[in-house]
Amino acid sequence: MIQRALPILFGVAVLLLWQAVVVLFDIPRILLPAPTEIFAALIADPGTLLADLNQTFFHSTLIGLAIGCTGGFAAALLIDRSPFLRRGFLPLASLAGALPIVGIAPIAVMWFGFDWPSKAAVVAALTFFPSFVHTIAGLDSVGALERDLMTSLAASRGQMLRKLQLPASLPFLFAALKVNAVLALTGAVVAEFFGTPTVGMGFRIATEAARMNIDRVWAMIFVVALCGSGSYAIIALAERRFAHRS
Amino acid sequence: MSDTVVEARNLDLAFGDVAALSNVDFTVARGDFVSLIGPSGCGKTSLLRVVADLAQPTGGTILVNGTSPHAARLARAYGYVFQAPALLPWRTVERNVTLPLEIIGLPKDEQRARAAQQLDAVGLGAFKRKFPWQLSGGMQQRASIARALSLQPSLLLMDEPFGALDEITRDGLNLRLLRLWEATNLTVIFVTHSIEEAAFLSSRIVVMSARPGRIVEVIDSDLPRGRDLDIRDDARFHALAGRVRTALRAGHSYA
Amino acid sequence: MRSRALPIATALLLVLALWYVAAAALNWTQANGDLLGTMSLAKPLLPAPHQIAIEFWNSTAGQRIDSKRSLVFHAAVTASSTLVGFALGVAIGLLLAIVLVHVRVLDRALLPWIVASQTVPILAIAPMIVVVFGALGLTGLLPKAVIAAYLSFFPVVIGVAKGLRAPDQLQLDLLHTYDASRRRVLAVLRWPAAMRFLFPSLKVAIAASTVGAIVAELPTGAESGLGARLLAGSYYGQTLQIWAALAMASLLAASGVGVVVLCERLVIRARGGRL
Repeated sequence: MIQRALPILFGVAVLLLWQAVVVLFDIPRILLPAPTEIFAALIADPGTLLADLNQTFFHSTLIGLAIGCTGGFAAALLIDRSPFLRRGFLPLASLAGALPIVGIAPIAVMWFGFDWPSKAAVVAALTFFPSFVHTIAGLDSVGALERDLMTSLAASRGQMLRKLQLPASLPFLFAALKVNAVLALTGAVVAEFFGTPTVGMGFRIATEAARMNIDRVWAMIFVVALCGSGSYAIIALAERRFAHRS
Repeated sequence: MSDTVVEARNLDLAFGDVAALSNVDFTVARGDFVSLIGPSGCGKTSLLRVVADLAQPTGGTILVNGTSPHAARLARAYGYVFQAPALLPWRTVERNVTLPLEIIGLPKDEQRARAAQQLDAVGLGAFKRKFPWQLSGGMQQRASIARALSLQPSLLLMDEPFGALDEITRDGLNLRLLRLWEATNLTVIFVTHSIEEAAFLSSRIVVMSARPGRIVEVIDSDLPRGRDLDIRDDARFHALAGRVRTALRAGHSYA
Repeated sequence: MRSRALPIATALLLVLALWYVAAAALNWTQANGDLLGTMSLAKPLLPAPHQIAIEFWNSTAGQRIDSKRSLVFHAAVTASSTLVGFALGVAIGLLLAIVLVHVRVLDRALLPWIVASQTVPILAIAPMIVVVFGALGLTGLLPKAVIAAYLSFFPVVIGVAKGLRAPDQLQLDLLHTYDASRRRVLAVLRWPAAMRFLFPSLKVAIAASTVGAIVAELPTGAESGLGARLLAGSYYGQTLQIWAALAMASLLAASGVGVVVLCERLVIRARGGRL
């Protein structure tokens, strides 16, 4: 019980300390607003907040994430049929995962316009590679003994995939989802730095920071953090429910 | 120097509600080769860990070299050989053997000299530059014995050291260990669950039973020193193994 | 090694071929249906690979290194904040990992927050960090390096903490029988055991650090750096400039990873061929 409460205690302690330091040392709001001020900014304008959330999280992030993850998964299933192509594309995809893909944001704007589709495209490109690499690793994680067993049963490729490879790769798929959930949100927010209609969490952060409304920036960061942790938590819960322990 | 290396009285050891050792009296004389034998869960490894100060008894008293196990450990009075070689994979065989010597802060050339001596003793002199994973399982365990002996302890504690090896390798290592013991004045406490191994190696065999772990019988071996693997065809060997087997069976009916 | 070269080359060729097809298709209208014309537009929707290569060559070898038009100059700016941020992040990450492994209470209290800190898209904070540092009178490399550091410390903490815990009970017992101090256990057992986990973490960290440095340049209104170059390109619709900057950014990230791999190889060789 105490062990579970420890992180919460730590978080509360940090908040209290934060508030105390800001009040006691009279820290300028530009540097660091107090938690209470941030909370006030958070509830000040719910309409704008919801619009930003709707634009960046429910459109750019989630739609892009869905496209990127399914795309990577499907591509992995396809390429798994050819060991030759798999050996060729896997290193390329791993390398691509290490490259600064968010940089394609300005190009996405040219292709798909300023609104959320261009952000979703960036998110899809970002999340494609982890999904691809993890799925291949998952399909590959089946042991030689299990493979031999299926072969001895004269199982078809499809059966091998459904009964053996896909269940075995579930932990890998969830790992990819966890990585991608955070990546997607980051990508959606950052992509908005390259131009957006006047709505969205990234847009809000950039403009309010330029106007020195730091309390609003923090409030928006809090919302972004909540979205990130929230999606991560939901995926972790789903993993506990569906994926076998390995 | 006293003639008693280990002296335990009324030893108890419990993990929560589970009694691993109950009321154990256990003595080891200097120069003895004592085997602890019993079924899984009889506490033979636990007893060895208590001697080594790797586990704390919950009752009773125990002296190692006339002091507490803790003091004995700080004095590096024993060498310990685990069930697995537990070699550090990033160190060469030689540097694995010098590890304890580094920790006690011996000068470098002394470390190297002692490692060479112990590696020769276990027949690994030519392999000191190899990494552990380049050695067979039996060679790895020999390296770990050399490491235990590099501190030049008077007491060697061995916890089923050859349990994971194939029988042919195990025979070879048993003979090697026996010759080593005969050539030095080492005291060895050897945990095993092989009746043959215990009968072949030991000067005394301590038979234990499970749940709770206790000592059923202590059997003195009447086999001669300088024995060879052939002695296992000898009638005296069969008689000794038979006594151990009977004691084990008697211990089993307790549980 | 050789068995991998052929498949990778094939895959690369496939990607290139697809790229040309896509370029032709996307630029078709702009080139008024002239197939060759699709490969030589000034501001194509998707430049052909050789156009990017030529632009890359012109803006690197074709310029003086200290010129604002030189990609090498911009890459150097980004590389310096990447490296400072990486060094900072790795130092913090290592320190935190060692503390977490040795102090149980902190492990319990801190770890969930360290994980949560990464579910916060930290790049979103970039504009604010820049503003806050600006208010403190700190501009230039430092704010960018801090953002890069924030991105790179996490994989190091998680990976190294796992690595420091990797030694099994037998090995720990062994050192216990030698009465080795905690510092000694760290030096001879935990740290060497963590190597296997350190290098993958460093690869992720250097890549993250590069992204951090580039993104940090966006809201700073920086005039130099690959991020600034991307932004300028997007203002003026200079697609060739954008793609060349992207190529340079990829090269930067890839060489960062390459250096880490090289270090890894050295350690592996010192260990006789295994990590």
